[in-house]
Amino acid sequence: MRTALRLGLSLAFAAALAGSAVAATVMGEAQAPKDVSFSFEGPFGTYDRAALQRGFQVYNEVCKNCHSLNLVSFAALTEPGGPEFTDAEAKAIAASYQIPADPNKQGQTYDDKGNRLTRPGILADHFPPPFPNEEAARATFNGALPPDLSVIVKAREGGPQYVYSILTGFGQNPPKGFTVVDGKYFNPYFAGWNISMPPPLADGAVTYTDGTKATLDQEAHDVVTFLTWAAEPKMEQRKRLGFEVLVFLTVLAGLLYLSYRRVWKDAH
Amino acid sequence: MSGPSTYTPSNGFTRWLDSRLPLLRFMNDTMVTFPTPRNLNVWYTFGGILTFCLAVQIVTGVVLAMHFTPTAAGAFDSVENIMRDVNYGWLIRYVHANGASMFFLAVYIHMFRGLYYGSYKAPREVLWILGVIIYLLMMATAFFGYVLPWGQMSFWGATVITNLFSSLDQVVPHMGTAIAHWLWGGFAVGDPTLNRFFSLHYLLPFVIAAVVGLHIWALHVPGNNNPLGIDVKGPQDTLPFHPYYTVKDAFYMVLFAMLFAVLVFYAPNFVGNPDNYTPANPLATPAHIVPEWYLLPYYAMLRAVPQKLLGVLVLFGAIATLVFIPWLDTSKVRSLRYRPMLKPFFWVLFFDCILLGYLGSQEPQATTNVFGLELSDLLLARIGAIYYYAFFWICLPVIGLIEKPKPLPQSIAQAVLGSHAAAAAE
Amino acid sequence: MASTIAADQSTRRDFLYIATGAVAAVGVAGAAWPLIDQMNPSASVLALSSTEIDISSIQEGQQIVAMWQSKPVFIRKRTAKEIAEAKAVPVASLPDPLARNANLPDSAPATDANREIKPEWLVVVGICTHLGCIPLFGEGDYGGYLCPCHGSQYDTAGRIRRGPAPQNLPIPPYAFEGATKIKIG
Repeated sequence: MRTALRLGLSLAFAAALAGSAVAATVMGEAQAPKDVSFSFEGPFGTYDRAALQRGFQVYNEVCKNCHSLNLVSFAALTEPGGPEFTDAEAKAIAASYQIPADPNKQGQTYDDKGNRLTRPGILADHFPPPFPNEEAARATFNGALPPDLSVIVKAREGGPQYVYSILTGFGQNPPKGFTVVDGKYFNPYFAGWNISMPPPLADGAVTYTDGTKATLDQEAHDVVTFLTWAAEPKMEQRKRLGFEVLVFLTVLAGLLYLSYRRVWKDAH
Repeated sequence: MSGPSTYTPSNGFTRWLDSRLPLLRFMNDTMVTFPTPRNLNVWYTFGGILTFCLAVQIVTGVVLAMHFTPTAAGAFDSVENIMRDVNYGWLIRYVHANGASMFFLAVYIHMFRGLYYGSYKAPREVLWILGVIIYLLMMATAFFGYVLPWGQMSFWGATVITNLFSSLDQVVPHMGTAIAHWLWGGFAVGDPTLNRFFSLHYLLPFVIAAVVGLHIWALHVPGNNNPLGIDVKGPQDTLPFHPYYTVKDAFYMVLFAMLFAVLVFYAPNFVGNPDNYTPANPLATPAHIVPEWYLLPYYAMLRAVPQKLLGVLVLFGAIATLVFIPWLDTSKVRSLRYRPMLKPFFWVLFFDCILLGYLGSQEPQATTNVFGLELSDLLLARIGAIYYYAFFWICLPVIGLIEKPKPLPQSIAQAVLGSHAAAAAE
Repeated sequence: MASTIAADQSTRRDFLYIATGAVAAVGVAGAAWPLIDQMNPSASVLALSSTEIDISSIQEGQQIVAMWQSKPVFIRKRTAKEIAEAKAVPVASLPDPLARNANLPDSAPATDANREIKPEWLVVVGICTHLGCIPLFGEGDYGGYLCPCHGSQYDTAGRIRRGPAPQNLPIPPYAFEGATKIKIG
């Protein structure tokens, strides 16, 4: 929607200026994201609950190995408008993550081998990062830092479509004359075309618990739905309240218009 | 025009209060019986709408401050905590963030209305200048506020804008740098900067509210201008503010609120920049730095000048120019309805500002195809900036002298009601 | 005839204005609610509403203080004597005859049995019901708690016996998890 509005705005400007420049294909310039549609688009769109739960499974089995989700709590997984896991399911998910523990009775936070003491997660915890700090992540990934995914959908121009295009944009042959940097991967939807992330998803990368066939497209679509929810957990509440507010304001505007006409009737 | 007060206290208590603190008399005279030209159109409702905007920003802002942490380590996360965990926090924050845009939309309409109907001309010069001061304070407040979420755009916007002051190095060596360090409380934008910007962002709206009080005071001494631009000649030209303009303002305020609601509930990030959802990183500048839309025309003018100090002067000069408008306009006639020569120049200025806004949003080396000609944005921005200055410093004084205005109507009542009814009303 | 029409119109006009004003008032009230509700505990605070405590190291006659929802909770292992004393008190003689136990219905009487899940374990929120001070362990005439602020005295079941406090120390929702753990909240 946002993209459409932006596009509309640019088109309006373009019309005002009698047609703006047509972007020629430039080496390394990111391709426009794929035009894929999601259930949460439009003024009445909601998240597909099953897709959110499958998308969580993709994050939980694939993405989380490199990407943090710092801003999301396990409790949020149970909230209305989200994946709506039951309390018991969310507690089990939380307990499957290890959280840095508070100091123990001896005041220690590290064991005698220097490893961080941990405890199983509870609902109040946020998803713990896969690496203790940025340096550890960069050291693992050849200097590259996998970004936090909490608001990634809102932090990228193109939003869900962009993230989906990145996830499904691997495996093409680079055009003649373009060299893929050693240790990087070709992805034409990524600015510069050289991306540090190896193709994360493939057909059958997960085995869905609900029996859905795990194709690459399905996995990408599901995990993008999940990440959109992670970035905008109150979207359903927002759209519902927005509808109520607009209905109310329409009624109030109607009444005010009648009052306005009545008051001004004898003034002209 | 305000005339003697017509307030009569209705009971013992109001009589008692009136002789001690004539608050009710003041409110009655300014908001109930205040004689208002009977021909104000929809563009005159934006004063009320702006008061509404200021109130919304202050109320939501006070509430957000209860949850916000003004530290480099905590700011981004505290905003996200507001968005996720605080009850209705997402609503309050989206209203506040989009409220800034709605505020500027309203203020630009208000300003162009003032320009079109000559509301800055005698005896309303002070009213106009107070308005310019409010506009400046609004820009400062909005800038400070934009820094607070501590995203990439917050950080780099703060860096670029505060670095404008370092251009003063070219006037007195080291002075600009010293000022920049003073603003930052360090050698770069950082924790101290964020904390003081938060303090100022909280303070300035109350200063704005005070100047708005003066602005309304300065409005109520000469009274409203009107679309005809002629003076009120008697009671037949006016209507009491209440109920005529209270109900009209309220109606348009609700229409404005509907537009506001569409933005907040259905496109809450439309006016925002995706980069601001990436936490501030002092080591990496985003590929394309842009200010918020309401500052884009000035940004285009800044970039139109290749020399640093000169660019900054052109930017601030564009705002300072507004102060001089009452004396730059040499015409005896206020409203552009009766100024056939200046009117087209006004509309060119209007579209010039939109063009500058568009150019400000583009990448620095971009080009734009105008009627088949590939022109560099830099050239267009230069033309735009020159026209902006030329309108105020050349068109206003010169056209005011050479223009032959259309004949003005006898009175507001005559123009609105027709000569017979006006005579009857007298 | 003419006056009927005028009266008619004025009623309709009044109704329109009153309806407009009423709807606007509803709008103001509706807009106020989010601004009020934002001050209530946020979701992240509510998510921290339960805590687990290891009670294996508490000796008879001793207590530990745990934190639950930012409040101190006394977990006290009572002696047989303390239990017997608490059981002997007739409910009718208590200033507050209600159990104040979140695990029981509101109307439950303040018998000793209604104040604990297991007789030896007393679990109460350690905040004096008078004005919020924290009572001292083992002091006062009843062997339970004495509030240092205004002298309220509680017995070994945490019930108010003397002083200005109006209610027994409240019992939080809790459950035993195995032999050595208590989950509060």
